Amino acid sequence: MKRRSLIKAFTLTASIAAMGMSWTLQAAETIKVGILHSLSGTMAISETSLKDMALMTIDEINAKGGVNGKMLEAVVVDPASNWPLFAEKSRQLLTQDKVAVVFGCWTSVSRKSVLPVFEELNGLLFYPVQYEGEEMSPNVFYTGAAPNQQAIPAVEYLMSEDGGSAKRFVLLGTDYVYPRTTNKILRAFLHSKGVADKDIEEVYTPFGHSDYQTIVSNIKKFSAGGKTAVISTVNGDSNVPFYKELANQGLKATDVPVIAFSVGEEELRGIDTKPLVGNLAAWNYFESVENPVNKKFVNDWKAYAKAHNLPGADKAVTNDPMEATYVGIHMWAQAAEKAKSTDVDKVREAMAGQTFAAPSGYTLTMDKTNHHLHKPVMIGEIQDDGQFNVVWQTKEPIRAQPWSPYIPGNDKKPDYAVKSN
Amino acid sequence: MPTALYRLILACLLLLPLGAYANDANDFAAANNSEQAQLLESWAAHPTPGRVELINGLQQGQISVDGEVKTLRLNNRLRGLIDTALASHQLLAVDPKLRLNAAQQLQKSAKPAQLKFLDQQLAAETDSDVRSALSLALANLQLVDPDPAVRLAAVRLLGETGEPLARTRLENLLQPDIETDASVRTAAETSLAQVKRKLLIGDLLGQAFSGLSLGSILLLAALGLAITFGLLGVINMAHGEMLMLGAYSTYCVQLLFQRFAPGAIEFYPLLALPVAFFVTAAVGMVLERTIIRHLYGRPLETLLATWGISLILIQLVRVLFGAQNVEVANPAWLSGGLHVLPNLVLPYNRLVIIVFALAVVVLTWLLLNKTRLGLNVRAVTQNRNMAACCGVPTGRVDMLAFGLGSGIAGLGGVALSQIGNVGPDLGQGYIIDSFLVVVLGGVGQLAGTVYAAFGLGIANKILEPQIGAVLGKILILGLIILFIQKRPQGLFALKGRVID
Repeated sequence: MKRRSLIKAFTLTASIAAMGMSWTLQAAETIKVGILHSLSGTMAISETSLKDMALMTIDEINAKGGVNGKMLEAVVVDPASNWPLFAEKSRQLLTQDKVAVVFGCWTSVSRKSVLPVFEELNGLLFYPVQYEGEEMSPNVFYTGAAPNQQAIPAVEYLMSEDGGSAKRFVLLGTDYVYPRTTNKILRAFLHSKGVADKDIEEVYTPFGHSDYQTIVSNIKKFSAGGKTAVISTVNGDSNVPFYKELANQGLKATDVPVIAFSVGEEELRGIDTKPLVGNLAAWNYFESVENPVNKKFVNDWKAYAKAHNLPGADKAVTNDPMEATYVGIHMWAQAAEKAKSTDVDKVREAMAGQTFAAPSGYTLTMDKTNHHLHKPVMIGEIQDDGQFNVVWQTKEPIRAQPWSPYIPGNDKKPDYAVKSN
Repeated sequence: MPTALYRLILACLLLLPLGAYANDANDFAAANNSEQAQLLESWAAHPTPGRVELINGLQQGQISVDGEVKTLRLNNRLRGLIDTALASHQLLAVDPKLRLNAAQQLQKSAKPAQLKFLDQQLAAETDSDVRSALSLALANLQLVDPDPAVRLAAVRLLGETGEPLARTRLENLLQPDIETDASVRTAAETSLAQVKRKLLIGDLLGQAFSGLSLGSILLLAALGLAITFGLLGVINMAHGEMLMLGAYSTYCVQLLFQRFAPGAIEFYPLLALPVAFFVTAAVGMVLERTIIRHLYGRPLETLLATWGISLILIQLVRVLFGAQNVEVANPAWLSGGLHVLPNLVLPYNRLVIIVFALAVVVLTWLLLNKTRLGLNVRAVTQNRNMAACCGVPTGRVDMLAFGLGSGIAGLGGVALSQIGNVGPDLGQGYIIDSFLVVVLGGVGQLAGTVYAAFGLGIANKILEPQIGAVLGKILILGLIILFIQKRPQGLFALKGRVID
């Protein structure tokens, strides 16, 4: 209780200060955009870089003359990894700061907590992280992957010859909505591929779990029964102790490959990657992808990090959610140009079918109806320098299926966005 | 000039196969993934000494084609096949150690196509260790031999091992309609029971070890608190941040080693220990002198003040080092593990931490019970006024004791940096556990802390496989609440006349 009121007091002062600032800037007319990422608390690890990426992208757009002749002005708030605070902050952004659009959220639980606010006030949220699907709000554009753009191709790869023809699967995750839903979908998918329940083991750990001894030795035991792969939806910094334990107990990627859905370049910065070589991750973008757009993107980011003296700037890396943030902001700007307005309804209409040449090397399209990007799927192997080597990718971007066909009842859901209630 | 002559002959010998096996390299480089897999499988079945170099290179991900070294794009399947092919080739090596390793690798991954080759090698093998390893590898393949006598021998041999893989193989054999010969079936059943017994021993030992290991980590995390909270009575919410500072000291020492003494990087944790101890002890003493000493006897204010300190320290570290975790690498001597049984590997870092935790406990105990400082600390905790009357400088003792507690937390931080994350929030994850251990053990008791830490660790690890990590944690918390209700003073209460 004490902590929250302290934070409230802080935000009150901060917002007063912000109001004062915005008043002075009112002279030159700007378009305000909100950035809603945790800059403190457990999620700060992942979300801080998204905030910086959003600021860089806004600078980039402003340098080219802004949107509809007006400069963009970022309003940064810190919801402090506190899910109810996300809702409060988004209400503040929409009603007090009157932002045209908000870029933000990482965990599904934070998105779920702001969703009613955006739907009530008809705001616009761009959500940049891969997630479990099962949602399609007219007030949200999802620039991360839905399960069929990440999880399912990843498992298909593991079952293929090149992926090691896995027969048994350990579904290991942190205990919250994203891993639980993803694993539900994956279990149904594995059933459809003829994998029996005895060959699937689901294990969950609390957030911030740091002792993986038992789990790793169980994986070892399980893997004696046939070619096994681990599908990890472990989130946040629990990944470090998990991978360390894997290495120390001598479980190599050639024996039991681990494919992760929440481990990217940024997370690997905190790990000594030498023992992890050969383990996999599935994303829609890797920093190591070679194409001119990505080269510029990575260089711009490195230069931005250095110029703004971000912590660890000398080792700055890009990752998938950062790319999704970058693409999302650019697409919004293009849509606002097309609509000649930043009105939410007009922008929403203009977003349908919007395209952007993304750093992933593909031209991504915003679907005409379902508010999700068409994205390519890539599977990368961890290398000893903390980067990924792409070992498999789709030829074309694929369309998202937010309502996974592997969850019963989803076939009746409409393929266009409707408010959740 | 005999040496020159030898060299010449040696060079010729080395060059000879190069010519013959350059083709292999070319074939491999030109093939696609599935063709490469086929090549590797056929190499594994028909190894020739000249190919060792090529496969060794492949394992490093490199291939030299026409004198030009290229980097390969391998995947896990190819890596596995390369390992098998290499093992197959190493069976031809002169060094029995290499042959033994190879045979052990083949126990896991040998393919039926290799049967004939393994048979030949076994007949020619002279070293007894390699022989037994090799016959086991062969036995795995002989389970499908048409001759029942061979199958029977293989099944019996598998019973001798404690390999988890042997268990699956025997279980598969015992599936209905697989093995038809009655005598082999009975032998397989006996062997399976034998293997299961061996595996059970390994499992139990493994559980006991992970319990001890978790206990030692809890102990290191809680030991500092046992002094600042247990002895001094300061509800020190900033204790977790002392652990964090210890871990960051380790990181800084590692950075310094990387920059100034990259040759000795292996030993940075040893230097990190004193550095972490003194850094955190100094921070602790400064805090005690400036803030905490004004709040003695006012537990609520102390709680708030130390909690505020913890927030400040977290944010300070976040500003200095960034919100991201920093990388603290395990040196080679702390990586990997000791293979005790086929299904039991004891990681070195955990072994070292158990020993280290015990060493810290012993040192702390000696310090508190055998030195003048310890005597003073105990006197002050038992009766501050009386101690002051006898000439004990209570203020200084408070400061030193708080510094000692913080310093020990710093040592704990060094150990934690070797098994988990190093980030600004590191301490937050341990503060609750630390208080649990100290309260459960009995405030003011070093022995209680030790018992409580190991007790919690082992209980946790016994429960986890049965009901999962999430429920296990909940159950443990519930049990502790019940226990504290029943026995508020903890496992061990301070005996005697304690005046506060």
